[in-house]
Amino acid sequence: MNKKIIATTSLAGCFGCHMSFLDIDERIFDLIELVEFNKSPIDDIKKFTKQVDIGIIEGGCCNSENIEILKAFRENCNILVSLGECAIMGGLPALRNGISIEECLEEAYIGGPTVQENTNKILPNDDELPMLLDKVYPCHEIVKIDYFLPGCAPRADLIWDALIALVTGNEMELPYEVVKFD
Amino acid sequence: MSKKITIEPVTRVEGHGKVTIYMDDQNNVRESRLHIVEFRGFERFVQGRPYWEMPVLVQRLCGICPVSHHLAAAKALDVIVGAGPGDGLTAVGEKMRRLMHYGQFFQSHVLHFFHLSSPDFLFGFDGDPLKRNIIGVAMENRELAMQGVMMRKFGQEVIRLTAGKKIHGTGAVPGGINKNLTIEERDELLKGADPMNADKMVDWSVGALDFFKNYHKANRKMVDEFAAFPSNHLSMVRRDGALDIYHGVLRAVDAEGKTILHDVDYQDYEKYIEEEVRNWSYMKFPYLKEYGKEKGWYRVGPLARLNTCDFIPSPLAQKEFEEFKAYTDGKPNNMSLHYHWARLIEVLHCAEVIRDLLNDPDLQNEDLVVKGEKRHRGVGVLEAPRGTLFHHYEINDDDQVTLANLIVSTTNNNEPMNKAVNHTANAMLNGHAEITEGMMNAVEVAIRAYDPCLSCATHALGKMPLEITMINSNNKIVDQKIK
Repeated sequence: MNKKIIATTSLAGCFGCHMSFLDIDERIFDLIELVEFNKSPIDDIKKFTKQVDIGIIEGGCCNSENIEILKAFRENCNILVSLGECAIMGGLPALRNGISIEECLEEAYIGGPTVQENTNKILPNDDELPMLLDKVYPCHEIVKIDYFLPGCAPRADLIWDALIALVTGNEMELPYEVVKFD
Repeated sequence: MSKKITIEPVTRVEGHGKVTIYMDDQNNVRESRLHIVEFRGFERFVQGRPYWEMPVLVQRLCGICPVSHHLAAAKALDVIVGAGPGDGLTAVGEKMRRLMHYGQFFQSHVLHFFHLSSPDFLFGFDGDPLKRNIIGVAMENRELAMQGVMMRKFGQEVIRLTAGKKIHGTGAVPGGINKNLTIEERDELLKGADPMNADKMVDWSVGALDFFKNYHKANRKMVDEFAAFPSNHLSMVRRDGALDIYHGVLRAVDAEGKTILHDVDYQDYEKYIEEEVRNWSYMKFPYLKEYGKEKGWYRVGPLARLNTCDFIPSPLAQKEFEEFKAYTDGKPNNMSLHYHWARLIEVLHCAEVIRDLLNDPDLQNEDLVVKGEKRHRGVGVLEAPRGTLFHHYEINDDDQVTLANLIVSTTNNNEPMNKAVNHTANAMLNGHAEITEGMMNAVEVAIRAYDPCLSCATHALGKMPLEITMINSNNKIVDQKIK
């Protein structure tokens, strides 16, 4: 059997979903018999080197860089999966959506109790930093997403079952425990 | 012709980091910067939320050490609900939290060593980049990879049984905890089938430490000289000077070992610590107020902890600590790659503490929560795997948060990591017009030694992608390497 090709990334997330992926524990040794990794933090492939079967996205989009990476994933992956609450609905970072970005920056860099006296109101604004978006966007508002795996973080067993279903083409079972929130 | 070199993305935790290195006409490093490029605004958006949400809310800062944020927030709220700072809980309350915390330390340190650092040591800093990841380790040395996977699993199981869930659990509540440890749960960890039990974890921890010590022995000069530079060191220590990652007082020593912050109460942390804002990074730059921006910056994390504490309160780790201290004649250790050594001594300490705690019958007590007189301000501090972590909350009469200030571990190491990048860039790049893969990885190794949360993310799965571009003063790309 040809190995399926997988790519993963973390956008505006906490990396907890990737941690939960690692919680498949010793099954990782079975996984690497079934799949080959392309662009992913797991290896050194920085740019897609071929068309990928399954792309896994953790995190929503909070800056211009997140958008660029997400679009590259859509272009290069046959199937895209939103993994976890942040990718699916912005998650916790989206709590900033009701507040102006200026207010958030001022609280962190001017108003905080341990911030040195910042009379010149220096805020991080260097050209090297990507542009912050007006709010945090879920992935499916930017590109088409094919599957959603809920949870914060989604449980390792769910990630494992979904991967096996996608790799083998067999439909996965969805008992209540799997579809309920967190 | 002057040049700018960009390394992007260095890594990702709460997003991405990148490095820019500016070269002068003679191809010498003029300046280097480690930028943290993401911003999430926690301090502002938690305002108005009910205080009891904080332990489950702010832990979503980080999926790699969520327990640190969960517990630091809970400790701040202990003060707010009148249970007292850190030591005011019931025996089962404090011990369950300690078990959770030591379990997390164990898994986080193991992840960093096996999944991320062992490929460098196994294949060499300039080894085949396609093999330098955890899959490469699994192919080359399945036993080593399996140990890493199973040790991390054990730590995650400790978290699950204390916090209810491996990632983003709910175990700690203001004033205590929401569950104790049943005998059955205890035995899962204490008497689990080989290798999933506490005794085996102690054995394997000794083995991991030996692996690094042998590597050090064979590569002494490189390990000792790589990104070595003097600094102050800050950590929490127990009141009697012991290493303690859950509760204590703040202590700092200078590069020679002189105490410059004398076991102070962290409720007053803002008297001692201030942060500078620089416009090229979302990460602030903390320093000891008394010594100012230039001289007051400090290291945190495993190396700093072993430099500030007087002893380690578990026998096997204490023996290793004595060897570690003797290596620098009792003076502070200022060698960046020795973070790995210190970290593995802590892994052993955690394994010993977990084993001993599991044998403590207090864990089955049922008085889970302490209540007292409500206050409006609380500070929670502990040692996270990557260093000292500060949470500070204030609330109003309606129990809503009105102020939140977080100084996370990796932020404390901002200046040292920038220094380490600068040292390595100078050592590797000066006089070279062309970039090699080895130079890029060297910068990466320097950052990685600190196990910053900005890198532990990508590191968690093995390897961070790196892109280095050299651009001349006319913005023309003169050289580019991607790996």
